[in-house]
Amino acid sequence: MSLPLGRAMREVFGETVTALADEDPRVVMLDGDLGVSTKGDIFQKAHPERYIQTGIAEQNMLGMAAGMASVGLLPFISTFVAFAVVRPLDQIRVLIAQPRLNVKITGGYAGLFTGRAGKTHQIVDDVAIMRAMPNMVTVAPADDEETGQVLRWAAAYDGPVYVRLVRDATQHLFGPDHRFEFGRATVVREGGDVTLMTTGSQTPRVVDAAELLAARGIRAHVLHVPTIKPLDVAAVVAAAERTDLVVTVEEHSVIGGLGGAVAEALSEHRPTRVRRLGLQDVFGQSASNEDLLDIYGLSAARVAEQVAAILAAA
Amino acid sequence: MTASLAPVPAAPDDLAGLATEPELARLTEAARRIRVETFRTVYASGVGHLGGSLSEADILAALYFGVLRIRPAEPEWPDRDRFVLSKGHASVGLYATLALRGYFLLDELPTFDSAGSRLQGHPDMTRLPGLDMSTGSLGMGISAAVGIALGLRLQGRDARTYVLVGDGECQEGEVWEAAFVAARYELDRLVAIVDHNRLQQYGWQGADHEDRLPPEAPGELVAKWAAFGWRVLDIDGHDMAAIVGALATAAEGDGRPTVIVANTVKGRGLSFAEDRYLWHTRIPNAEEYARGLVELGEPASEGEAAR
Repeated sequence: MSLPLGRAMREVFGETVTALADEDPRVVMLDGDLGVSTKGDIFQKAHPERYIQTGIAEQNMLGMAAGMASVGLLPFISTFVAFAVVRPLDQIRVLIAQPRLNVKITGGYAGLFTGRAGKTHQIVDDVAIMRAMPNMVTVAPADDEETGQVLRWAAAYDGPVYVRLVRDATQHLFGPDHRFEFGRATVVREGGDVTLMTTGSQTPRVVDAAELLAARGIRAHVLHVPTIKPLDVAAVVAAAERTDLVVTVEEHSVIGGLGGAVAEALSEHRPTRVRRLGLQDVFGQSASNEDLLDIYGLSAARVAEQVAAILAAA
Repeated sequence: MTASLAPVPAAPDDLAGLATEPELARLTEAARRIRVETFRTVYASGVGHLGGSLSEADILAALYFGVLRIRPAEPEWPDRDRFVLSKGHASVGLYATLALRGYFLLDELPTFDSAGSRLQGHPDMTRLPGLDMSTGSLGMGISAAVGIALGLRLQGRDARTYVLVGDGECQEGEVWEAAFVAARYELDRLVAIVDHNRLQQYGWQGADHEDRLPPEAPGELVAKWAAFGWRVLDIDGHDMAAIVGALATAAEGDGRPTVIVANTVKGRGLSFAEDRYLWHTRIPNAEEYARGLVELGEPASEGEAAR
């Protein structure tokens, strides 16, 4: 019943950026000494001269990326979100976002899955931070298929992009006929009892949760929102109009991420009750992936249980 | 006052021609004009970092009127040498330089830092052609310059990249991240110049409140850059022959990036501002303005005197 496991996003990252470099001599990869983990090593094997090991010095790495973009190159960043977004945040703000330079901040290891590294490596507020930054767009693909499409889109887009990638294999949701469109949300399941809005690697788990809810007689409408900024306000409003209750679900803090973006949009355009599932203003911890999803209420079973409880209380 | 500032034809790999008496006189005059226009702009707009803009003026003159291969009429020329003002707060000195070099008219300088101006408080490459990077948060410009130098090398261009760093700025850890990587990649077409004026915005108090201690012991900055694998040239940053000589040496690649530690005086050229930390951002009053113009060899015009 649950969706099958797909390929790890990091594998798709390494392969897709390598393929992009095959076609486009402008593509370079800057790695903050995590090529084994991010699968930047795939790129290095194919294009050693365009793979730049910058050492464990991420502020300089993002600054170098800005410089390389300024002469017409197309840099992709290879490191964890913790070190691609948060540590070099001021470099992103001043050298990349303000001059709108063509840097692709492709951070792996977003959210909770960091190979048990724990809270120092788990980033659960990156969407909130990057979404608030002018000139920056934020995209979180759901699975292997969409990751490849998003990376290809990012290469073609002229300007700074943050692509939120996770470490481990996500469930395979989309077939090759899927078409990621920048700024567009996708209805992945029709229903009339409750509207679930989700993003990134949480989407397949929400699709499974909808199946569990169906077994309980609850028909969930599921909207996948890969582009968190700019938000597809029309699709969010249309999905909200299907039911009286919207529940957002994300592997991220409930503050400022998809839940925040949806609440902002609906309060302006169609006041609707919104409940936000995700990390409730807490940091993560070391644990197995299964345990993390259970602890923070993000497994399909825990999402279904919480949505059913919200509906029962309504 | 009427000496031509027009630069000699670009001599990319032989800068020795700049070491002649007439050329040094021309560059010295360019530096004087940069100081005058910087001073005028700060007075007219009532804002700006005067002290650091005056300490860097001779270096900017040597670069923009002698060394850099640039085309002011074609600021996006892909093979141009790049210049990054990592100490972005000293923007007014750069704007004066760019105006004198023909990137825009001198008339635009008084718009500095006011609404709608292309001359933002800190350099904004999205607004003003001729700026190779937006800077302002210290420590970052040198990282961008390392990326530019490496990017140009990947593209097979033989352009050079110059970056001007403050000595206070060298307290930022990012400067040393950049220094490490530049040496690691043997970026010998990258030249950093440290404007070593030994004062910063507030600094460390010495004997009394007016007195500031230098941030480092003598020779410490040179030793640090050398330890990071850079070729270090330690010069008097107001001696035009020394500046030109160091830039010529830097242009001879030896497999290392080069840093020129230019020992300078903050507020250089104004007796009342020299070596005084408060002139980091102080604005001259009318009396100081008239006196300063005289000291810079440019008595105020009637219009200026009446202001």
